[in-house]
Amino acid sequence: MANKEQVFDKVKEIIVDQLGVDEEEVVPEASFIDDLGADSLDIVELIMALEEEFGLEIPDDEAEKIATVNDAVEYIRENA
Amino acid sequence: MSWEQRTALVTGASRGIGRSIALKLAQQGIAVAINYRGNAVAAQETHDLIRSNGGQCALYPADVSDADQAQDLVNAVLKDWGHLDILVNNAGITRDTLVLRMRMDDWDRVIATNLTGVFACTRAALKPMLKQRFGRIVTISSIAGLIGNAGQANYSAAKAGVIGLMRSVAREVASRQITANVVAPGLIDTEMAHQMAPEAYNQLISQVPLGRAGRPEDVADAVWFLIQADYITGQTLVVDGGLVMD
Repeated sequence: MANKEQVFDKVKEIIVDQLGVDEEEVVPEASFIDDLGADSLDIVELIMALEEEFGLEIPDDEAEKIATVNDAVEYIRENA
Repeated sequence: MSWEQRTALVTGASRGIGRSIALKLAQQGIAVAINYRGNAVAAQETHDLIRSNGGQCALYPADVSDADQAQDLVNAVLKDWGHLDILVNNAGITRDTLVLRMRMDDWDRVIATNLTGVFACTRAALKPMLKQRFGRIVTISSIAGLIGNAGQANYSAAKAGVIGLMRSVAREVASRQITANVVAPGLIDTEMAHQMAPEAYNQLISQVPLGRAGRPEDVADAVWFLIQADYITGQTLVVDGGLVMD
């Protein structure tokens, strides 16, 4: 898989598109719910968009652990 | 967005209630995707009726009881029209017999089309609707799903099932301005109803307070009402001439 920056940039792009937030807000430690204003449906849509982009299937119990931008980037780097 | 720019998918729209719904929506200027499974001749008739009235439509053969086909169906509609705003889950079959005589195959097939098919189409349609922040889902149930019907345990179970399904969907996606409602017709003058023995059919009409069988257009009117309604979700609208009054 590509390096961390590339994954981060792609994840950021998807988050900006899905959650309608500004790019500057999407920092590694940002929590989807607390910092980026996502609700449970937003998270599901986001996970589905990440699955589509990176060609992977994220099981529900793994998806539940993805709370921050960095969690998403790390999961993708380890599994894609 | 005006209704003229909206797109609807109506499953099982070749004949009967489904055809009537397709015609009704097309009259409003909505582009209608006509789904059918087997009867290509009847589906073509629905298509030609809409076109001759100046409406927009296209044909989409698929068996909605197969989740992959349901997904492909929604994908095809999205590819052709760019968006999907309205889903009418109408496709349904019957395999009537008393429980004691009902084979597992009779049960499975009716559940597969009338319940699982609704789930599969709804799941597929929700994705674009969530993105759009708009959607209308109307599922055709039956008064058999409310009060049961001897000889239709499979059909009644599926038709009751879609009511619970739509209520859950309504709660899950309400925050995105997507509504999910049910229309439960009573005795409607269609080929499906005339599979009943004529005596039973006439006997049933005699019990309808409004004194006649419903027309497919009566059901289509209810569907169109729910599509227009911004503030109604998770509801079941009974269109039965007063038969049940639940």
